This record gives sequence, structure tokens and C-alpha cells, in this order.
Amino acid sequence: MPRRIVTGIQSVGHRVIDSIWRLGYASRFFLLTLIKSGTSLHRFTLVIRELYFTGVQSLIIILVSGLFVGMVLGLQGFETLQRYGAESAVGTMVALSLLRELGPVVSALLFASRAGSAITAEIGLMKATEQLAAMEMMAVDPIARVVAPRFWAGVISMPLLAALFSAIGIYGGYLVAVVLIGVDEGSFWSQMQSAVDFRYDVVNGIIKTCVFGVAVTAIAVFEGYDAAPTAEGVSGATTRTVVTSSLAILGLDFILTSFMFRGMG
Amino acid sequence: MASESLIEIEGLNFSYGQRPILKGIDMTMGRGKVIAIMGGSGSGKTTLLRLIGGAVRPTSGYVKVAGQVVHKLKRDELFRMRRKMSMLFQFGALFTDLSVFDNVAFQMREHTDLPESMIRDLVLMKLQAVGLRGAHELMPNQLSGGMARRVALARSIALDPLLIMYDEPFTGLDPISLTVIGNLIRRLTDALGMTSIVVTHDVQESLKIVDYVYFIADGVIAAHGTPDEVRRSVAPFVHQFVHGEEDGPVSFHYPAGPYAQDLKLEGSFA
Repeated sequence: MPRRIVTGIQSVGHRVIDSIWRLGYASRFFLLTLIKSGTSLHRFTLVIRELYFTGVQSLIIILVSGLFVGMVLGLQGFETLQRYGAESAVGTMVALSLLRELGPVVSALLFASRAGSAITAEIGLMKATEQLAAMEMMAVDPIARVVAPRFWAGVISMPLLAALFSAIGIYGGYLVAVVLIGVDEGSFWSQMQSAVDFRYDVVNGIIKTCVFGVAVTAIAVFEGYDAAPTAEGVSGATTRTVVTSSLAILGLDFILTSFMFRGMG
Repeated sequence: MASESLIEIEGLNFSYGQRPILKGIDMTMGRGKVIAIMGGSGSGKTTLLRLIGGAVRPTSGYVKVAGQVVHKLKRDELFRMRRKMSMLFQFGALFTDLSVFDNVAFQMREHTDLPESMIRDLVLMKLQAVGLRGAHELMPNQLSGGMARRVALARSIALDPLLIMYDEPFTGLDPISLTVIGNLIRRLTDALGMTSIVVTHDVQESLKIVDYVYFIADGVIAAHGTPDEVRRSVAPFVHQFVHGEEDGPVSFHYPAGPYAQDLKLEGSFA
């Protein structure tokens, strides 16, 4: 019996040490990516190519989801606000929810599962098929040539995608509340305009998306680079990217929100 | 100059943790030669290539390439040296997101400032040398195994290296592709005046094209000689390997304890 307890404690300790070691390794990798970003900034075509894969190809899912999230917000907002006779404030509600929370968070979650997983799988497979080793043997640094462009493309496209998500979401709310239900169009837009503050709401939302963009792509490139070079290893790494970055997004969102909006608005 | 050796390996030891892989390897490889390194699977052949390329550090001893001790080079010096050598990976390791043309052009674009028109001419010349000029617009997933290997060969001669290392270049090829790759290795080595190291266990194919053979078994050089010497050799290991016999110095069984003990038969008849 005591022996079982000892091995139990040992395995807990082992896991803790392991995950701390991995965290340190990931941080070092992140720093290396930043240090070796010179090539991607110097040869920006490398980043543009990746922008197409991570940004442009995520457009459809971001736009469609944004539209539906906005439409649902319009419906639910109207349903609730109507009870207080405040249905004209539905525009404000839709805009604030999207700009502050749903836009950054939902688009980051979608981005993690659409683009993050693709980045991990691609880098992991490049490793498994010895492409990274071949590059290393050609005296080309894979972190500079493969990892950094993907990282920056993710960091750049995330805020843009979130902005589009919020914009089309507001339009979705408009479609439902104004066009479908018949809320007054003038008060829908004018209340939104007066209630949304550029620095407080929009800029804070953008800061969030930038943080999420860095977190998701940093996790995705690390998991890909660190993946065991087997089919199993790559699939495990892809799963870890989605799970870890989703948790990171939600955790970071809480921290950022608690600094940005302390119920003082 | 021509007789000077490109690679000198002396007293080379390498181990993964406690497990020794290479034990005291000495080799010299002359310029303009095709050298085969043969040995069973897991005998440390690929590790030897990685040591020459500076991907891993020896436990003791050294590898000298063109007079420089590989493991003492700093990272940028190592990268500078690697521009003069290239490696052909087992399955080609082509960049799957780039076309055949861009794969061959990769190193020229990364390491030189050549104008695009000149890169185009050079790439087409390299592809012509391996007979795939007509395939330059294809993507790697549209190529057969043998074609992918030839594209990888064109890519590895892109910057006219001094040395090419081939890691199992014959694995998984049909007999025609096998001969094509074998002859290309010989022809390109002679035409470009480089040195080729072929790690392989395809005895018959490689004996046709190489100048010298090293056999590695259990981390030591078991035998070496010219192809004719190897064919005539009566050394048990070489004989077993060249003729592909099941049992000999390399035993069929992985080392294990007594069979009866593993099956727990002891004393059961007592």
C-alpha cells in the first residue's frame, strides 16, 4: 500500500516537472521565433503567402459565424430588452457584446481550430517527412524560414478577422432587429453610436485580439515544431493546439477583461 | 589536389545516453569518389552521416571536412560549411508546399542574390541533368517515388556542393528507378567533381557504382575495400551481408536470456 502511494506521488511530481520543463522549452522557442523574425520582415512575401493560408482561408468560417452570432444576439437582445421597453437599445447591446467579448473570443476560438490546427499539422508533418531536417542541412534555419512567417501571419490576421467578425455580427443584429422585427432604424444606429466609446470599447477589443493572436499562433507553431515525427504525434499535437489555445483564450480573456472593464464604464 | 582527402574521421565515438552507437571509427574519403557505407539496419550508418553534417556531436574523436573539425564550428561557421555539402534524405524530403521548380530553386533563393532569370536557367539545367525538365511545374505529390528522389537529387546539386550524402537512396524503388538513381549518382559525381557518400544496404546496386566500401557492424568498421575485394572477400560478415544469408556473424536472434527460462519451463518436469 505505501509503495503505491509513493509511486502516485512520484508520478504527480514527474508530471509537474515535465510540464514546467515544457513550458520553459516553449518560452525559449517563442523567444527564438521573435529573435529570428528578421528574415520574415525582410522578405515580407513569405509572410504574405502565409497570410493567405491563415487569414484569407479563414474568412468564410469567420464571416458566416459572425453573421449568425450577430443575428442570435439581435433576437435574444430584443427578446430581453422588450420586457423593459428598451428594445431600441438592442443595437447598443449587440455592438458592445461583439466589440468587447464575443468578437475577440469567438473569432479567436474559431481561428484556433481553423488556422491554428492547420499550422500545427503542417509544421508537424514537415518535421515527420524530414523537410525541416533537410532545410537545416541546406543551412537554412527552419525557425526563421518556416516558423516565423507563420507566426507573424497569424498575429497580423487575428485582429483583422476579429474586426470583420464584429462588423458582420453587427450587421446580422441589424438584419434581425431592424429588417425582420422592425425596431426603429434611426434609434438602432444612433444609440449604438453614442454608447460605444472608441478607446474604451473598440481599442480594448483590438488589444484583446492581438493578445489572442500571439497566444494562439505561438502555441500552434510550438506544438507543430515539438510534435513527435509520427502520425500519432502529429494528431496529438493538433489536438493539443486546439485544446491549449482555447483554454488560453478563455483564461487570458478573463484576465484582460478584469483589467479593462472593472464595472466602471 | 585531386588525391587529397575531403573527409577524415578519426577515433569517432558516439553514444545516445548510455548506448554506444559508433565505437572508434576511422575513415578517409578522397575527393571525386563514391563511397558506400553498408551495414544492417540500426548499425549506426545514418548517425555517421549526421555526424559528418554536424547535426549531432561526437562523444569523442572528430570528423574533419575539407580540413575543418565539424563539431568545433560555431553555428554560423557550420551553416557556411553546410552550403558546400548536401544531403539526400531517404524519401527525398521535398518541400511539399513548393513546386518541383521552387524546390530546386530553394537554396539559390535562400543563399544567393542571383536574378530570377538566371535561377530559372540554372534550375532547368539541374532538372535536365536528372531528366525531369518537363516536370518542373508539378507539385511533389504528383511525382512517383523515383521521380521525387531525382528531384531531390537535382535540389541537392543546386549549389554545386563538394559533398553529397545519400541516406538510403535506393529504398522502395522499382528496378528501373534503382538503376537510374545509381547511374545518376555516379555520373553527377564524376561530372561535378564532388564526393558522394552513399549509405545503403542495397549491396548489388551500390557495388556497381562505388569506388570504395565500408561495412559497419555493431558500431565498428567490420570490413572495407574496393567492390572487387568485397565480392571476393571470404570474411564471414562480408560474405553473409553480400549474399544476404540469414544467419552468420550477424545472428538472427536478438540477444535474450535462455529460452526455457522465458517460457517458465524450469523445473516443470521435475
